[in-house]
Amino acid sequence: MTKPLNTFNSLLQIQKLDKFFGGLHAVNSVSFDVKPGIIKAVIGPNGAGKTTLFNMIAGYYTPGGGQVFFKDVLLTGMQPFQVAGKGVFRTFQNLKLSHRLSVMDNILLGRHTRGQAGFLAGMLALKKSRREEKEAEEAVLPILEWLNLLDLKDTEVGNLSFGNQRAVELARALVSDPAMLLLDEPAAGLNMHETEELSQRIQEIRDQGRTILLVEHDMSLVMEISDEIVVLNFGQKIAEGKPKEIQENEEVIRIYLGGEDA
Amino acid sequence: MKRYYSVLLLTAVIVIIQVLTLITGKAYLLTQLTMSAYYIVVAVGLCMVMGYAGQISLGQAGFFAIGGYTTAFLTTIDFSGKAETVLYRMLDTLGLLITKETLYGDTIIHMTPWISLLAAVLIAAVTAYALGIPILKLKGHYLAMATMGFGIIIYRIVLGSRIFGEADGISNVPSFPVFPGISVSGDFTSRISNYYIAWLLVILGMLLLINLINSRVGRALRSLHGSEEASDAMGVDTSRYKVIVFVIGAVFAAVAGFFMTHYNGGIGPSEAGVAKSVRYVAIVAVGGMANLWGSLIMGLVLNFLSLRGVFGHFDDAVFGIILVFMMMFMPDGFIHTDVIHDIKEMLRPLFMRKKKLKKKQEVSND
Repeated sequence: MTKPLNTFNSLLQIQKLDKFFGGLHAVNSVSFDVKPGIIKAVIGPNGAGKTTLFNMIAGYYTPGGGQVFFKDVLLTGMQPFQVAGKGVFRTFQNLKLSHRLSVMDNILLGRHTRGQAGFLAGMLALKKSRREEKEAEEAVLPILEWLNLLDLKDTEVGNLSFGNQRAVELARALVSDPAMLLLDEPAAGLNMHETEELSQRIQEIRDQGRTILLVEHDMSLVMEISDEIVVLNFGQKIAEGKPKEIQENEEVIRIYLGGEDA
Repeated sequence: MKRYYSVLLLTAVIVIIQVLTLITGKAYLLTQLTMSAYYIVVAVGLCMVMGYAGQISLGQAGFFAIGGYTTAFLTTIDFSGKAETVLYRMLDTLGLLITKETLYGDTIIHMTPWISLLAAVLIAAVTAYALGIPILKLKGHYLAMATMGFGIIIYRIVLGSRIFGEADGISNVPSFPVFPGISVSGDFTSRISNYYIAWLLVILGMLLLINLINSRVGRALRSLHGSEEASDAMGVDTSRYKVIVFVIGAVFAAVAGFFMTHYNGGIGPSEAGVAKSVRYVAIVAVGGMANLWGSLIMGLVLNFLSLRGVFGHFDDAVFGIILVFMMMFMPDGFIHTDVIHDIKEMLRPLFMRKKKLKKKQEVSND
């Protein structure tokens, strides 16, 4: 029996995830839920295990223990492409784009899970395949326009500014209309103006009904846009709550500012 | 339909070349042009594997040999005097047997090459699939070595097996009747039709690959070369795609081997050699890796020169040197889509210096 979407208390459930790298306990029994339609941030000092946690959710690492559920479906054990197939799309901290391909081609890749045409249909240029291509190109236009990429659509991605490359990655993750976005340090390398723009955009994405889980270093951005925050330190969850609660949490303050005298 | 313009241009060039050889009385060149065309089919298939799926294969000659030897073996089985066998009766009722008379007046009955074409494609595809699943997990030079190992195995098998004629290979392979009245064979009188059959095959292959590159799968392949992780994250089953492209490359090579064997009337172990595989890789590399047209053009030029004997004793060495040179100085290939832009960039310092000198002179004049 499958439940309708609106009855989910939590879209993503992370249960007791564990990961060892040799002797290092990178992620230590971390559990939390992400409710639908919110922005949830994972923060913590360098080496706290945020990106490792992300890679386990997205299927890049196999957890040492624990499970991840998305819409009550077990994601753990799936390959990254299967996770994407379930409607969980991610961006990368160090952008992963095809630099020699155009903006349009890079973004259309994001529509891959929406298409069906395979090798044979492609080679024979069957009607189905061509119609799919046309539909995909039309579907991405509004998103290109929203991210001010419309004029750049035929430019090679390698020739874009870093800010625009980030926008291309965001667009690529969005064009398949995913239920959930995983954003890995989306503001890294952006200037203040670009960060401000990004914060607007992330909130707009949430207002469209999507759920966002992000890892971010920029504390003012996190406090401004997040609905909920999870704090990791040395692989363990030490706090979870609304931004205000986190700001007032003594342990969090101690970690971020250091020492008892904070 | 813009993407087919270049194919139309190719067709025109093919016709023009044929007419030119006729006018200038150099029709004998058609033989090398025909053989080059078959080698081009291997090259463009490999171009998909290397340029688009980003996987190197030093075993393409192995697949070429699979195609060639499969048909050479099957079509040289003589069924005359075996009318009682089940296979004979089965093929006979299906109309798949061809009766021929040899120069000495003997009668030979062999199966139609259409069966061996099917067999060649199937064997190559299954081999590539079975081989591709484990070895395409390897990367870079490990993959190169694994594919080369496969090529060497095929080479040793055909060289060492009596049924494949050992060092002599298999000869007396019958002609392949593609269309009624038109056969693939080395027959002197059908040189022109063979030239067109070969290039028709090139055009067909190009059309299929151009379509593929411009499809959903093609885009996934192109981005796979840029960033495999990103393709994964966007839902592309990258390992499956790599295997399928490897199979496509193998089938192209096998089909080329099949046609070439009927054209030459035989095949020898040198077609399976590592030197041949290096040759295909060199052609794709110099053609610009992810550039089907580059592979086609370089495949034509280099194979034609090689077959005309221009490189003499250094035939294999030339391709080796090309490969070394490409890897050292132009790993992205020689023929770019934006080659004019590159030349401009290269020349810019020269012009800059002149301008600066002029400015200096103007300053000193003041």
